[in-house]
Amino acid sequence: MSRTGTRPRSGAVARARTHIAIERTTLRNGLRVVVSPDRSSPAVFVAAYYDVGFRSEPKGRTGFAHLFEHLMFEGSVNLPKGKHDELTTGNGGWNNGSTRNDFTNYYEMMPSNALELALFLEADRMRGIALTPENLRNQTDVVKEEIKVNVKNAPYGGFSWLYLPQVLFNTFPNAHDAYGDFNDLEAATLDDAHAFFDRYYAPGNCVLVVAGDADPDKTFAMAARHFGDIPAREVPATVDAEEPVPPKERRKVHTDPHAPQPAVAVGYRTPDPIRNLDDYVAATLLSSLLTDGEASRLFQRLVKHDRIASHVGGSVGLVAGTFEVRGPSMFEISAMYHGAADPAPVLRSIDEEIARVIDGVDAEELARFTNATRANVLGALDSLEQRGMWIAAMEQQRGRAEMINDIPELLARVTPADVSRVAAEWLRPAARAVLDWRPGAVA
Amino acid sequence: MNPSFLQPPAVGRPRPIAVPAFAERTLRTGLRVIAVRRPSVPRAEIRLRIPAGIAHDSGNGVRARLLPETLLGGTADRSSFEIAKELQRLGAGLDTHADADDLVLSGGVLVENLSAYLDLAASILTTPTFPASEIAVARDRLAQEILISRSQPQTTAAEAMAARLYGKHPYGRGLPDPDAVRRTGRAPIARFHAERVVPKGATMIVVGDIRPERALDAAEAAFGRWRRKAAAGKIDGPAVPTAGVPLQIVDRPGSVQTTIQIGGAALPRNHQDFLSLALANLVFGGYFTSRLVKNIRESKGYTYSPRSLISHRKLASTLQIIADVGTEVTAPALLEIRYELGRMAALRVEQEELDAARRYLAGITALQLTTQAGVASYLDAIVAAGLAPDYLKGFRAALERVGTDEVREMAARYLAPTNLVTVLVGDRAAIARDVAALEPVAD
Repeated sequence: MSRTGTRPRSGAVARARTHIAIERTTLRNGLRVVVSPDRSSPAVFVAAYYDVGFRSEPKGRTGFAHLFEHLMFEGSVNLPKGKHDELTTGNGGWNNGSTRNDFTNYYEMMPSNALELALFLEADRMRGIALTPENLRNQTDVVKEEIKVNVKNAPYGGFSWLYLPQVLFNTFPNAHDAYGDFNDLEAATLDDAHAFFDRYYAPGNCVLVVAGDADPDKTFAMAARHFGDIPAREVPATVDAEEPVPPKERRKVHTDPHAPQPAVAVGYRTPDPIRNLDDYVAATLLSSLLTDGEASRLFQRLVKHDRIASHVGGSVGLVAGTFEVRGPSMFEISAMYHGAADPAPVLRSIDEEIARVIDGVDAEELARFTNATRANVLGALDSLEQRGMWIAAMEQQRGRAEMINDIPELLARVTPADVSRVAAEWLRPAARAVLDWRPGAVA
Repeated sequence: MNPSFLQPPAVGRPRPIAVPAFAERTLRTGLRVIAVRRPSVPRAEIRLRIPAGIAHDSGNGVRARLLPETLLGGTADRSSFEIAKELQRLGAGLDTHADADDLVLSGGVLVENLSAYLDLAASILTTPTFPASEIAVARDRLAQEILISRSQPQTTAAEAMAARLYGKHPYGRGLPDPDAVRRTGRAPIARFHAERVVPKGATMIVVGDIRPERALDAAEAAFGRWRRKAAAGKIDGPAVPTAGVPLQIVDRPGSVQTTIQIGGAALPRNHQDFLSLALANLVFGGYFTSRLVKNIRESKGYTYSPRSLISHRKLASTLQIIADVGTEVTAPALLEIRYELGRMAALRVEQEELDAARRYLAGITALQLTTQAGVASYLDAIVAAGLAPDYLKGFRAALERVGTDEVREMAARYLAPTNLVTVLVGDRAAIARDVAALEPVAD
């Protein structure tokens, strides 16, 4: 409690609720369509989420899901290379795509007069893509430059999002280099791409989401018009990426020629994001309590008290966000620290702070983090893009886009005892991964 | 393949860009407050800009950079930890940073706590105590941040570019030396705060689910008693070299990419020809379907995210072309960029190219105004550029007036390769010979 100043009114948290409308239909070819109308701005977000990601990649083709995402912009049945982008930007919008562990998405943010155009564009590449050896060569080169700028030529490139899962996990779907080994990328063929498209880009393997200035019934009719005649194909079984929790600590040293200072990332497994949602949500608040901002335990400890670290971070999720992961997820804590490359003092302080959380969490402290997290969620939901992405992932992975309205309540239900229990169960030193990041020349 | 190609559906007229309705008040102290109602979520966003940025620090910029790192260190009645906890209770975030011209406070809050939040922000801004322990931590962190920042080739290139464009002017100073940061004590920071953090010339934007008049009242109640006279001191604009500056290579041995930055003068946003230049920049390299991206990414595969952009400071606007390219294609990439610049400067753009860029700029401007944070940031930028808050009223009409003649004239002046300065950060031994074959290289 503060000594002086105004107290927030008690209604603050209660108002942090959302009533985001969700309507859905399924076309006969299996395409699931979700519309979330919001007429407040003349803008619309359209996204196609395919159930394919890093975890679907075959051995010998690391990075292929992402390379393939690039190929989806290289021309389709009715449109030559470049036309998709020109129709998007030339009508006042933008598009992008991204590849994650459990999905690959393609999306357009458009003035709402271009809604039907966006649906046409997504339908056209679901119909088929126009692959040429030149385009494959070109996008392989672009992807290699992407990996260089984000990882190989950058200090701390790929630090906790790319490399830490490779230490925490042990099976190929979870532990391989998701951005891709250059030899694997070079080896990819047009036949690989055609087979990948046939297998994973079936209408029944996709969720189409429209959020914003759109009438649900008219949008369903438009979707049927543009996607309805794409033939149904067999839908692959969902990847089972389950694997045991590490039986003992896993540790790896990574040498970074560009990093001026050492860093350390610690990974733990988490409660199952789907089957044990309540504990998974408790883990997100545990993460906030430990690492989110100036008031967090580890910021106070490592930056303010020990004065050993300059930056502390943490998250629950993989490269995909907290509620955009279906398979095994990760609880991550990271710190950049001063002095010699020896993570032991940082790890010792982390362990002590986790032990304190296991001993008990004050209700007032948890309430503050819950309140801050709910306010952040509300802020994020103001963005049509963020809202549409959460809706899409929740529908794709849980069949329940409505969960977007549950988040405030799910957070509010977490008790101090839940946070301590989840910490005791999951943040065990013996079941963690440590990525020991050291500056210096690569041997 | 279909026997007859499907045509993309027609796109109707976009709804007009909605100009946010605003209210404005300049307090007797000189603080200008602008408020907009946007009820999309029960939150509010603020941006507060005070002319106490890095250029106003007559020394090496350390004081101006340490000020935002220490402002949240404590007030007359709260410690830094108590400030952090109070922000959580309010469901709020508050970020402080310095850019070249201004000290900027930005953040968001659950709207029913707006008054308490503004009170807190005012006390942070006007009664900081700068405790020694907080300064010690902030110094360590800033020094570390500078080291990390300098290990990024893009930062190295930006520092070299600033020095070449602006020389001894404060805009030409790069990051300060980390040791100078570690040596700076409390007194200079407190003095810089006392001299520079004044209401005259400061602007606050409030956007949220609240009537504008009420937001203005809340801002006046919180900040009305903030009075302090500005210290004397005026900065003149820099002289920017426009021709004859040879290409500079900054050696980064072993770098797998070359970071290319090409820069020169540009027009400020409030100049009558600015939109003509903005459209010329878009056609050249300002969006995904620009000539630059089509050439060196989508055709040649030299790079992942090449782009050109116009950035603004109060006394100088800059045009920058940025690309991280594979080391082995450095000279070919430079050649293509030069070719595209030359085409812009010497030839008229196609009418359809210009129209597409125009529709893109109108569209994304409208899309930016679909969130509270988007409206707040847009207004902040507009007003900082000396434009009226209702600038958008005439925006589409002004865009329509730009023809290929105007674009040609702007391109000839601002995109001519001879008027631009080039900096490369890369492996000198691997690139210097081929680059020198194209143009003179500075020693």
